[in-house]
Amino acid sequence: MSRRFPILSALIALIGAAFFIVPLIATFNFSLRMKRGELSFEAYRSVFDSDVFLGVLGFSATASLMAILMGVLIVVPTAYWVRLRVPRARPVIEFLSLMPLIIPPVVLVFGYVRLYGSSSILPLTMTEAGTNVLLVIGYVVLSVPYMYRAVDNGMAAIDIATLTEAAESLGASRLRTIVFVIFPNIRSAIMSGAFLTFSISLGEFVITSLLNRPAFGPYLVQMGQDFAYQPAALAIMAFAFTWICMVLMEAFATRKPGQRLLPWRAPRSVTKAKS
Amino acid sequence: MSFLTLKNITKSFGPNTVVRDFDLNVAPGEFVSFLGPSGCGKTTVLRMIAGFETPSSGSIHVGGTDVTALPASRRKIGMVFQAYALFPNMSVRDNVAFGLKIAGMPRAEIDTRVAEMLDLISLGSLADRYPYQMSGGQQQRVALARALAPRPNLLLLDEPLSALDAQIRTSLRDDIRRIQQELGITTVFVTHDQEEALSISDRVVVMHKGRADQIGTPAQIYNRPTTRFVADFVGKLNTFEARVESPQSIFFAGQNIHDPRHTDLTPGAPITVALRPEALSLRPRPGDDLSLPGRVLHSTFLGSVIRAQIEVAGQQVSVDMFNRADATLPVAGDMAEVWFTRGDVLVLPSVM
Repeated sequence: MSRRFPILSALIALIGAAFFIVPLIATFNFSLRMKRGELSFEAYRSVFDSDVFLGVLGFSATASLMAILMGVLIVVPTAYWVRLRVPRARPVIEFLSLMPLIIPPVVLVFGYVRLYGSSSILPLTMTEAGTNVLLVIGYVVLSVPYMYRAVDNGMAAIDIATLTEAAESLGASRLRTIVFVIFPNIRSAIMSGAFLTFSISLGEFVITSLLNRPAFGPYLVQMGQDFAYQPAALAIMAFAFTWICMVLMEAFATRKPGQRLLPWRAPRSVTKAKS
Repeated sequence: MSFLTLKNITKSFGPNTVVRDFDLNVAPGEFVSFLGPSGCGKTTVLRMIAGFETPSSGSIHVGGTDVTALPASRRKIGMVFQAYALFPNMSVRDNVAFGLKIAGMPRAEIDTRVAEMLDLISLGSLADRYPYQMSGGQQQRVALARALAPRPNLLLLDEPLSALDAQIRTSLRDDIRRIQQELGITTVFVTHDQEEALSISDRVVVMHKGRADQIGTPAQIYNRPTTRFVADFVGKLNTFEARVESPQSIFFAGQNIHDPRHTDLTPGAPITVALRPEALSLRPRPGDDLSLPGRVLHSTFLGSVIRAQIEVAGQQVSVDMFNRADATLPVAGDMAEVWFTRGDVLVLPSVM
């Protein structure tokens, strides 16, 4: 007895997919029509030709990487310490880590400008380097909800307390335990957090624009105001980039120790032993 | 001569005192087990020896040095956990080498030592495997090798066999004992399984409500329990309410039994006597000089053992007999005599 094809469900799925895919296809199609009467990658070429584009992309990428580094250094020891020493405070810390989603970035950046402005004892906004530092800190704050969740989940997957005790009984100090035992075992979780941070920071507009930094987000908006075809090309590239981040995240997250990153290249044939 | 000395250890978590007045001396090379039900404090004592917990009062000495305030990482102990706790990111070889690398041993020496340790647990062929590619028994062997590699002063085993299935549990138990004797390392083993504790140890500490109820050799613990709890917890027991008739005899199950071993008891005092099921038999054996009349309730064939439930003086008594080819299963409802010897009668303190 064969089941009937679920027409209704398929229809709903198709409509749902169309909702996301049709605008994407339309945008892609539009981005190819810069030259009248033919399809070409002219818009993409003109984007890459621009020195400004490469400049802002480089700036944003650097700022994002700094934000990842800073976020990891803050979040990993915190999550570790909370799980090990004050597990009862975990719900509180988790709630605190969600605050950046509740407080709008515009409030955050106005707070920064007031706190670190010209009349402050720490006038960070008065120098370029200082403003860059503020920018990175802002990115870190925005990405904390994702980074904390990713790292905390990674720690939940391994028995942090027992592994720490095992390392200690073998003579390892707390620092060595974190570096040699905890870090490698939550590496995939950190990578997920890092990719999320990267994709959030790279296109961030509000903080970047109000701190007046020459970054990718404001550039995207500016292009949208000034040109027709290039913004479509940029949007498609941004989408592709995010998608690549997701694929990389998946690749890192599902990798087991001892496996190559690319499983189709020289796989090691190891099977689970019979006891 | 005592290698590991615990003096007057007490440990409280807030208002809960989980270990009280715990004293223990362990000789060099001795294998001591902590046996008790869950929540008796046995793991807490082990964790204090390891340095993962600090005693609320009392002191711990290892090899004559006071280690009470020393962090775990500087105590030179080897620890094996119930959940294996191998480092998932490292191969077997790297797991075993971890303690040696931390100690700063030169690379060539590490390689030699790791090979030596893998030989000891006969897993040399799996050196490049990762923990997730191995069975529980293999992982626990690696954990043992990892703990022993840096030549620790003490080996601490926290229910290392509890997560394994029965067959592997027995073979790994024998391996642990063999390796321990080969290396002559002082070992503390925590378990809730009496068979494990009795079979593997030089001495057993039976723990109950945070105290050491009885410390003795496995035979002493089993044959001469000194408290009611030890008698109940270790092995099966048939107990009878009894009375001291005279300094020379006790009365139970409707009989006066002349027992010269317990002359210090006050006449008239209520006591409890106990008989192990395997000390009883339904047919007289050479040396059996006492018997109680009863009626068979039912019997079970367990392969090597025939277990019969007999009603004696209004209460149920278990009798375990070795199976023999000519043995017949006792028939329910039949009358029977339960035989034993004077020396099998355990006299327990009534209140404990």
